[in-house]
Amino acid sequence: MSTTRDDVRRGLSDIWPAMVAAAPIGLLFGALAAGKGLSALEVFLMSAMVFAGGAQFAAIELWTTPAPVAALVFSTLLINARHVLMGASLAPKLDGFSRGQKFLGLFYMADENWALAEKRARTHRLSPAYWFAMVIPFVSAWLATSTLGASIGAVLGDPKRLGADFAFTALFIALVAAFWKGRVTFWTVAAAGIASALTYRLAGPPWHVAAGALCGLMAAWLAAGADERPVTEEAKA
Amino acid sequence: MSVDPINLLAFLGMAVATYATRIGGLALAGRLSLSPRAQAAFDAIPPAVLVAVIAPSALATGWAETAAAAVTVLAATRLPLLAVVAVGVVAVVGFRAVM
Repeated sequence: MSTTRDDVRRGLSDIWPAMVAAAPIGLLFGALAAGKGLSALEVFLMSAMVFAGGAQFAAIELWTTPAPVAALVFSTLLINARHVLMGASLAPKLDGFSRGQKFLGLFYMADENWALAEKRARTHRLSPAYWFAMVIPFVSAWLATSTLGASIGAVLGDPKRLGADFAFTALFIALVAAFWKGRVTFWTVAAAGIASALTYRLAGPPWHVAAGALCGLMAAWLAAGADERPVTEEAKA
Repeated sequence: MSVDPINLLAFLGMAVATYATRIGGLALAGRLSLSPRAQAAFDAIPPAVLVAVIAPSALATGWAETAAAAVTVLAATRLPLLAVVAVGVVAVVGFRAVM
Protein backbone atom coordinates (compact mmCIF):
# COMPACT_ATOMS: atom_id res chain seq x y z
CA MET A 1 0.00 0.00 0.00
CA SER A 2 1.43 3.33 -0.94
CA THR A 3 -0.04 6.46 0.56
CA THR A 4 -0.43 9.77 -1.21
CA ARG A 5 2.45 11.10 0.84
CA ASP A 6 4.75 8.26 -0.27
CA ASP A 7 3.71 8.76 -3.88
CA VAL A 8 4.51 12.48 -3.75
CA ARG A 9 7.91 11.78 -2.21
CA ARG A 10 8.61 9.09 -4.81
CA GLY A 11 7.60 11.37 -7.68
CA LEU A 12 9.89 14.14 -6.45
CA SER A 13 12.86 11.81 -6.00
CA ASP A 14 12.34 10.23 -9.44
CA ILE A 15 12.14 13.50 -11.36
CA TRP A 16 15.02 15.54 -9.97
CA PRO A 17 17.81 13.99 -12.10
CA ALA A 18 15.76 14.84 -15.21
CA MET A 19 15.37 18.41 -13.91
CA VAL A 20 19.13 18.76 -13.46
CA ALA A 21 19.77 17.37 -16.95
CA ALA A 22 17.20 19.70 -18.52
CA ALA A 23 18.43 22.89 -16.80
CA PRO A 24 21.29 23.73 -19.21
CA ILE A 25 19.04 22.81 -22.16
CA GLY A 26 16.44 25.28 -20.88
CA LEU A 27 19.07 28.02 -20.54
CA LEU A 28 20.35 27.31 -24.05
CA PHE A 29 16.82 27.36 -25.46
CA GLY A 30 16.04 30.72 -23.86
CA ALA A 31 19.31 32.25 -25.06
CA LEU A 32 18.75 31.11 -28.65
CA ALA A 33 15.14 32.32 -28.59
CA ALA A 34 16.35 35.73 -27.41
CA GLY A 35 18.82 35.67 -30.31
CA LYS A 36 15.81 35.41 -32.67
CA GLY A 37 14.25 38.46 -31.02
CA LEU A 38 11.77 36.82 -28.63
CA SER A 39 11.29 38.59 -25.31
CA ALA A 40 11.67 36.74 -22.00
CA LEU A 41 7.90 36.94 -21.52
CA GLU A 42 7.34 35.35 -24.94
CA VAL A 43 9.78 32.57 -24.10
CA PHE A 44 7.93 32.00 -20.82
CA LEU A 45 4.59 31.85 -22.65
CA MET A 46 5.87 29.43 -25.30
CA SER A 47 7.38 27.13 -22.67
CA ALA A 48 4.20 27.20 -20.56
CA MET A 49 1.83 26.66 -23.48
CA VAL A 50 3.83 24.14 -25.55
CA PHE A 51 6.29 22.50 -23.12
CA ALA A 52 8.01 20.32 -25.72
CA GLY A 53 11.79 20.78 -25.93
CA GLY A 54 12.45 19.32 -29.39
CA ALA A 55 9.52 21.12 -30.99
CA GLN A 56 10.46 24.40 -29.27
CA PHE A 57 14.07 24.20 -30.51
CA ALA A 58 12.88 23.44 -34.04
CA ALA A 59 10.45 26.37 -33.85
CA ILE A 60 13.20 28.79 -32.85
CA GLU A 61 15.41 27.55 -35.69
CA LEU A 62 12.53 28.26 -38.13
CA TRP A 63 11.56 31.54 -36.47
CA THR A 64 11.47 34.68 -38.60
CA THR A 65 9.62 37.98 -38.13
CA PRO A 66 6.69 37.89 -38.61
CA ALA A 67 6.36 34.32 -37.30
CA PRO A 68 5.67 31.70 -40.03
CA VAL A 69 2.68 30.31 -38.13
CA ALA A 70 1.70 27.46 -40.48
CA ALA A 71 5.27 26.14 -40.77
CA LEU A 72 5.72 26.33 -36.99
CA VAL A 73 2.48 24.43 -36.29
CA PHE A 74 3.29 21.81 -38.94
CA SER A 75 6.81 21.23 -37.60
CA THR A 76 5.45 21.03 -34.03
CA LEU A 77 2.81 18.50 -35.05
CA LEU A 78 5.35 16.29 -36.82
CA ILE A 79 7.92 16.37 -34.04
CA ASN A 80 5.32 15.65 -31.36
CA ALA A 81 3.48 12.93 -33.29
CA ARG A 82 5.29 10.36 -31.13
CA HIS A 83 3.18 11.55 -28.17
CA VAL A 84 0.18 9.74 -29.68
CA LEU A 85 1.92 6.39 -29.26
CA MET A 86 3.26 7.34 -25.82
CA GLY A 87 -0.24 8.36 -24.69
CA ALA A 88 -1.81 5.20 -26.11
CA SER A 89 0.64 3.14 -24.09
CA LEU A 90 0.13 5.16 -20.90
CA ALA A 91 -3.68 5.49 -21.08
CA PRO A 92 -4.61 2.05 -19.66
CA LYS A 93 -2.34 2.76 -16.65
CA LEU A 94 -4.24 5.93 -15.71
CA ASP A 95 -7.27 4.19 -14.22
CA GLY A 96 -6.60 5.84 -10.86
CA PHE A 97 -7.11 9.26 -12.49
CA SER A 98 -10.38 11.15 -12.80
CA ARG A 99 -11.30 12.37 -16.28
CA GLY A 100 -10.22 15.89 -15.38
CA GLN A 101 -6.92 14.66 -13.94
CA LYS A 102 -6.20 12.77 -17.17
CA PHE A 103 -6.83 15.74 -19.43
CA LEU A 104 -4.94 18.12 -17.14
CA GLY A 105 -2.09 15.69 -16.46
CA LEU A 106 -1.46 14.84 -20.10
CA PHE A 107 -1.09 18.52 -21.01
CA TYR A 108 2.46 18.28 -19.67
CA MET A 109 3.37 14.75 -20.74
CA ALA A 110 6.97 14.81 -22.01
CA ASP A 111 9.52 12.11 -22.85
CA GLU A 112 11.06 12.18 -19.38
CA ASN A 113 7.97 12.07 -17.17
CA TRP A 114 6.27 9.63 -19.54
CA ALA A 115 9.22 7.22 -19.29
CA LEU A 116 9.28 7.51 -15.47
CA ALA A 117 5.53 6.92 -15.26
CA GLU A 118 5.79 3.83 -17.48
CA LYS A 119 8.57 2.54 -15.24
CA ARG A 120 6.53 3.22 -12.09
CA ALA A 121 3.47 1.51 -13.58
CA ARG A 122 5.37 -1.76 -13.91
CA THR A 123 5.51 -2.18 -10.15
CA HIS A 124 2.84 0.16 -8.68
CA ARG A 125 -0.54 1.57 -9.49
CA LEU A 126 0.08 4.94 -11.14
CA SER A 127 -1.45 7.61 -8.90
CA PRO A 128 -2.26 11.26 -9.67
CA ALA A 129 -0.14 12.17 -6.63
CA TYR A 130 2.93 10.54 -8.18
CA TRP A 131 2.26 12.05 -11.62
CA PHE A 132 1.74 15.61 -10.47
CA ALA A 133 4.63 15.44 -7.98
CA MET A 134 6.84 14.69 -10.99
CA VAL A 135 5.27 17.04 -13.46
CA ILE A 136 4.87 20.25 -11.44
CA PRO A 137 8.56 20.67 -10.47
CA PHE A 138 9.71 19.51 -13.92
CA VAL A 139 7.54 22.07 -15.71
CA SER A 140 8.50 24.80 -13.21
CA ALA A 141 12.19 24.11 -13.83
CA TRP A 142 11.74 24.32 -17.63
CA LEU A 143 9.85 27.62 -17.28
CA ALA A 144 12.46 29.08 -14.92
CA THR A 145 15.54 28.01 -16.91
CA SER A 146 14.19 28.94 -20.35
CA THR A 147 13.03 32.37 -19.14
CA LEU A 148 16.35 32.95 -17.37
CA GLY A 149 18.20 31.91 -20.53
CA ALA A 150 16.20 34.47 -22.52
CA SER A 151 17.09 37.23 -20.06
CA ILE A 152 20.79 36.31 -20.22
CA GLY A 153 20.73 35.84 -24.00
CA ALA A 154 19.29 39.31 -24.54
CA VAL A 155 22.31 40.75 -22.72
CA LEU A 156 24.84 38.64 -24.67
CA GLY A 157 23.67 40.02 -28.02
CA ASP A 158 24.33 38.57 -31.49
CA PRO A 159 24.59 34.79 -31.06
CA LYS A 160 26.59 34.39 -34.29
CA ARG A 161 29.57 36.18 -32.76
CA LEU A 162 30.16 33.29 -30.35
CA GLY A 163 29.20 30.52 -32.77
CA ALA A 164 25.98 30.08 -30.76
CA ASP A 165 23.90 30.09 -33.95
CA PHE A 166 25.51 26.70 -34.68
CA ALA A 167 24.45 25.36 -31.25
CA PHE A 168 21.11 24.29 -32.76
CA THR A 169 22.73 22.28 -35.49
CA ALA A 170 25.04 20.64 -32.99
CA LEU A 171 22.19 20.01 -30.53
CA PHE A 172 20.01 18.42 -33.21
CA ILE A 173 22.85 16.21 -34.41
CA ALA A 174 23.27 15.04 -30.81
CA LEU A 175 19.51 14.41 -30.50
CA VAL A 176 19.45 12.37 -33.71
CA ALA A 177 22.18 10.19 -32.20
CA ALA A 178 19.82 9.57 -29.25
CA PHE A 179 17.12 8.32 -31.66
CA TRP A 180 19.58 6.10 -33.56
CA LYS A 181 18.25 2.64 -34.39
CA GLY A 182 20.77 1.45 -36.97
CA ARG A 183 20.33 1.02 -40.71
CA VAL A 184 16.78 2.40 -40.96
CA THR A 185 17.84 5.60 -39.17
CA PHE A 186 20.84 5.96 -41.48
CA TRP A 187 18.62 5.99 -44.60
CA THR A 188 16.12 8.26 -42.86
CA VAL A 189 18.82 10.79 -42.00
CA ALA A 190 20.48 10.62 -45.44
CA ALA A 191 17.20 11.12 -47.31
CA ALA A 192 15.92 13.85 -44.98
CA GLY A 193 19.22 15.75 -45.09
CA ILE A 194 19.67 15.70 -48.86
CA ALA A 195 16.01 16.45 -49.63
CA SER A 196 15.92 19.29 -47.11
CA ALA A 197 19.15 20.94 -48.31
CA LEU A 198 18.07 20.67 -51.97
CA THR A 199 14.60 22.04 -51.27
CA TYR A 200 16.10 24.88 -49.26
CA ARG A 201 18.30 25.83 -52.23
CA LEU A 202 15.59 25.42 -54.88
CA ALA A 203 12.36 26.51 -53.15
CA GLY A 204 13.54 28.25 -49.98
CA PRO A 205 12.22 28.06 -46.41
CA PRO A 206 9.98 26.82 -44.85
CA TRP A 207 9.35 24.06 -47.46
CA HIS A 208 12.60 22.28 -46.65
CA VAL A 209 11.16 20.94 -43.38
CA ALA A 210 8.14 19.22 -44.92
CA ALA A 211 10.09 17.94 -47.94
CA GLY A 212 12.97 16.64 -45.84
CA ALA A 213 10.72 15.04 -43.21
CA LEU A 214 8.51 13.30 -45.76
CA CYS A 215 11.50 11.96 -47.73
CA GLY A 216 12.99 10.72 -44.45
CA LEU A 217 9.76 8.87 -43.57
CA MET A 218 9.57 7.32 -47.04
CA ALA A 219 13.17 6.17 -46.72
CA ALA A 220 12.38 4.58 -43.32
CA TRP A 221 9.34 2.85 -44.81
CA LEU A 222 11.40 1.46 -47.71
CA ALA A 223 14.39 0.49 -45.57
CA ALA A 224 12.18 -1.27 -43.01
CA GLY A 225 10.44 -3.24 -45.77
CA ALA A 226 13.65 -5.07 -46.57
CA ASP A 227 13.91 -6.06 -42.91
CA GLU A 228 12.26 -9.35 -41.94
CA ARG A 229 12.93 -8.68 -38.28
CA PRO A 230 9.63 -8.29 -36.37
CA VAL A 231 9.03 -5.06 -34.48
CA THR A 232 9.92 -5.39 -30.85
CA GLU A 233 7.26 -3.89 -28.68
CA GLU A 234 8.26 -2.29 -25.42
CA ALA A 235 8.33 -4.95 -22.72
CA LYS A 236 5.26 -4.80 -20.53
CA ALA A 237 5.22 -5.99 -16.96
CA MET B 1 8.76 43.35 -22.19
CA SER B 2 6.27 42.78 -24.99
CA VAL B 3 4.25 40.02 -26.62
CA ASP B 4 3.83 40.23 -30.39
CA PRO B 5 0.27 39.19 -31.39
CA ILE B 6 1.52 37.03 -34.29
CA ASN B 7 3.98 35.32 -31.98
CA LEU B 8 1.14 34.65 -29.54
CA LEU B 9 -0.88 33.15 -32.39
CA ALA B 10 2.08 30.89 -33.24
CA PHE B 11 2.36 29.78 -29.58
CA LEU B 12 -1.37 29.01 -29.52
CA GLY B 13 -1.17 26.98 -32.73
CA MET B 14 1.85 25.06 -31.43
CA ALA B 15 0.08 24.47 -28.09
CA VAL B 16 -3.07 23.10 -29.73
CA ALA B 17 -1.03 20.84 -32.04
CA THR B 18 1.01 19.54 -29.12
CA TYR B 19 -1.96 18.96 -26.82
CA ALA B 20 -3.76 17.09 -29.60
CA THR B 21 -0.82 14.66 -29.83
CA ARG B 22 -0.77 14.28 -26.04
CA ILE B 23 -4.43 13.36 -25.62
CA GLY B 24 -4.75 11.61 -29.01
CA GLY B 25 -3.38 8.45 -27.43
CA LEU B 26 -6.33 8.21 -25.00
CA ALA B 27 -8.69 7.47 -27.90
CA LEU B 28 -6.30 5.00 -29.50
CA ALA B 29 -5.46 3.01 -26.37
CA GLY B 30 -5.71 -0.72 -26.99
CA ARG B 31 -6.82 -0.25 -30.59
CA LEU B 32 -3.53 0.58 -32.19
CA SER B 33 -1.65 -1.99 -34.26
CA LEU B 34 0.80 -0.67 -36.82
CA SER B 35 2.47 -2.79 -39.47
CA PRO B 36 6.25 -3.11 -38.98
CA ARG B 37 6.82 -0.69 -41.87
CA ALA B 38 4.38 1.87 -40.53
CA GLN B 39 5.96 1.49 -37.09
CA ALA B 40 9.42 2.12 -38.60
CA ALA B 41 8.14 5.21 -40.40
CA PHE B 42 6.54 6.45 -37.17
CA ASP B 43 9.74 5.86 -35.20
CA ALA B 44 11.64 7.75 -37.89
CA ILE B 45 9.60 10.94 -37.47
CA PRO B 46 11.79 12.62 -34.78
CA PRO B 47 15.17 12.08 -36.53
CA ALA B 48 13.67 12.91 -39.95
CA VAL B 49 12.23 16.22 -38.72
CA LEU B 50 15.36 17.15 -36.74
CA VAL B 51 17.60 16.54 -39.75
CA ALA B 52 15.21 18.35 -42.11
CA VAL B 53 15.32 21.42 -39.85
CA ILE B 54 19.13 21.65 -39.62
CA ALA B 55 20.17 20.42 -43.09
CA PRO B 56 20.34 23.93 -44.63
CA SER B 57 22.56 25.16 -41.81
CA ALA B 58 24.80 22.07 -41.97
CA LEU B 59 24.95 21.47 -45.74
CA ALA B 60 23.95 24.66 -47.57
CA THR B 61 25.55 27.52 -45.62
CA GLY B 62 29.30 27.21 -46.17
CA TRP B 63 32.27 24.89 -45.85
CA ALA B 64 32.98 25.97 -42.26
CA GLU B 65 29.48 24.90 -41.17
CA THR B 66 29.64 21.62 -43.10
CA ALA B 67 33.06 20.77 -41.63
CA ALA B 68 31.84 21.65 -38.13
CA ALA B 69 28.75 19.45 -38.67
CA ALA B 70 31.01 16.53 -39.59
CA VAL B 71 33.06 17.04 -36.42
CA THR B 72 29.81 17.23 -34.42
CA VAL B 73 28.58 13.93 -35.89
CA LEU B 74 31.82 12.28 -34.75
CA ALA B 75 31.42 13.80 -31.28
CA ALA B 76 27.79 12.63 -31.11
CA THR B 77 28.87 9.00 -31.40
CA ARG B 78 30.74 9.14 -28.11
CA LEU B 79 29.93 12.23 -26.01
CA PRO B 80 26.91 13.34 -23.94
CA LEU B 81 24.48 15.96 -25.27
CA LEU B 82 25.95 19.19 -23.93
CA ALA B 83 29.52 18.14 -24.69
CA VAL B 84 28.46 17.56 -28.30
CA VAL B 85 26.97 21.06 -28.46
CA ALA B 86 30.19 22.52 -27.01
CA VAL B 87 32.35 20.66 -29.55
CA GLY B 88 30.12 21.86 -32.41
CA VAL B 89 30.22 25.51 -31.35
CA VAL B 90 34.00 25.49 -30.81
CA ALA B 91 34.48 23.74 -34.18
CA VAL B 92 32.38 26.28 -36.10
CA VAL B 93 34.18 29.23 -34.52
CA GLY B 94 37.52 27.61 -35.44
CA PHE B 95 36.57 26.73 -39.02
CA ARG B 96 35.05 30.18 -39.62
CA ALA B 97 38.34 31.73 -38.53
CA VAL B 98 40.44 29.69 -40.98
CA MET B 99 38.09 29.16 -43.97
